Amino acid sequence: MMIETYQLTKIFTIKKSDDIPAVVDLTLNVREGEVFGFLGPNGAGKTTTIRMLTSLIGPTAGSARVCGYTLGADDQNIRRSVGILTESPGMYDRLSALKNLSIYASLYDVGDVEGQLRKYLQMLGLWSRRDDPVGSFSKGMRQKLAICRALLHEPRVLFLDEPTSGLDPEAARLVRTFIEELRDQGRTIFMCTHNLNEADHLCDRIGIFRTRLIEVDTPQNLRLKLFGRKVVFHLRAVDPAWLSLVGGVPGVQDVAQVENKLLVTAEDPEEINPKIIRALVDAGADVRFVGELRHSLEDIYMQTMNENHTEVAGS
Amino acid sequence: MKHVRTIIDKEWAEVFQNRMVLLTMIFIPVFFVILPLVTLYFTGQGMGGNSPADVADVPAEFLAVCGPDMNAGDCMQVYMVNMFLLLFMMLPVIIPVTIAAYSVVGEKTTRSLEPLLATPISTFELLAGKSLAAAIPAIVTGWGSFAIFLLGLPLIGVSPAVIRYILGPTWLLAVLVAGPLMAIAAVNFALFISSRVDDPRVAEQISVVLVVPILAALFAQLAGIIVIDIFMMLSFIGALALIDIGMIYLGVTIFQRENILTRWK
Repeated sequence: MMIETYQLTKIFTIKKSDDIPAVVDLTLNVREGEVFGFLGPNGAGKTTTIRMLTSLIGPTAGSARVCGYTLGADDQNIRRSVGILTESPGMYDRLSALKNLSIYASLYDVGDVEGQLRKYLQMLGLWSRRDDPVGSFSKGMRQKLAICRALLHEPRVLFLDEPTSGLDPEAARLVRTFIEELRDQGRTIFMCTHNLNEADHLCDRIGIFRTRLIEVDTPQNLRLKLFGRKVVFHLRAVDPAWLSLVGGVPGVQDVAQVENKLLVTAEDPEEINPKIIRALVDAGADVRFVGELRHSLEDIYMQTMNENHTEVAGS
Repeated sequence: MKHVRTIIDKEWAEVFQNRMVLLTMIFIPVFFVILPLVTLYFTGQGMGGNSPADVADVPAEFLAVCGPDMNAGDCMQVYMVNMFLLLFMMLPVIIPVTIAAYSVVGEKTTRSLEPLLATPISTFELLAGKSLAAAIPAIVTGWGSFAIFLLGLPLIGVSPAVIRYILGPTWLLAVLVAGPLMAIAAVNFALFISSRVDDPRVAEQISVVLVVPILAALFAQLAGIIVIDIFMMLSFIGALALIDIGMIYLGVTIFQRENILTRWK
């Protein structure tokens, strides 16, 4: 495991009698080479979690191991082994891109400074602007430079806090493509994002979080857990009798009509779809099109958050 | 040491591209060199007395520091130049506070502190780098200004007796030892304050209060309440050394990465 946390908790004390829990009892494992998405609303404690896992702030309770090092005991080694893209790029505007990166290369004790700078600046298309002051860079270029900085020392785990936040679509796409490349190289990535399509596309597993971890699984399993598998049968016209006909096919869990469509919930659509189609055709239905209804990650997220909100309100 | 050097390099690369900081570093030393030279040039001219006792309106305690080889004009110049001793001591306080405050405010405005703290750098290395980056230019500027002041003295006709006095232990201890110690105290005070307050601008303003005790000493000397002599200078250096040790210890102990990351808005 690259990241292991056990009941990790962070409570901020603003005044002596005013405690604000930011992260409570977070127990989580992230495997080597996995891209883990951490989703949650603003103020959910996502950035606090990243700050704890990168040894920037200490936990109030619980424990964690990052890259095999224990949080609190091996903080220097943790910082050496991880890379972080902070919410704001935090560059030195008066200095050139090259100077900015060389400062960090030195602080991370990078061996081949020149080689690493060239490698990542070229990879992210910034080599030709290397001598320009960062103050003259666009937001997207700064973000790319901050990604270069996070990767200079070849970290074993990369923490990305809102990597495409505030970027225009083109710059966001560039950053996403780069994250895909990193994923394909087998890097372990822990990513906070509000962009649910991005998380759906990039992440192997997703944790939905609001102070506490609410759900954690692959996007596909989350869909199954929350909505089951649904198949839509587009027909020329729907006879109400066909609802009970389809409902009677073994394996069908639920059937509903929406205009000229039948919405079928089933555990194993690949197995029973032919049976349903056969039954409908035998009954005189014109089947025009069959497709799986794929809930977006946004649906999953909203459903999970609503359920959690109801549970919290009810308890 | 490599990390400390990197921080110094970064601070200088950033700070010296700021015209306001550069202007402060140039204007104040130039002013502090020209002012005593001009004053000395006009002081003592036309004073006809041959012994220190002929100098009127100078506190009696002061006459004690005048050597037997000085005439009334020399003695008046010594009295005046001792006022400027405090200016030379003030120089290493003003310059590093400007740089230290700017370096902290700079980290705040560019939001660059979080990625910096995420590197394997230790708190001691970070603070040492920032302190030295602010203190070294101040010390070098202080010494350089004093050297230029010394070179200017014969050119404006200051007598060898006065120059010998300025090259005496009180002045040399003040410029070469007390100045750097004050610079270290000022920088650590600025960093210490900045780690305890929510807004870095408050740190900048509070840090400048360090100049107040020096101004108080200047006015006390003008009023004849104190006379800075070798004994007073040694006591001052001893106290400064203790203050520096305390400030460095407090700075490292109290610099809370977490507070700075989470409380600065």
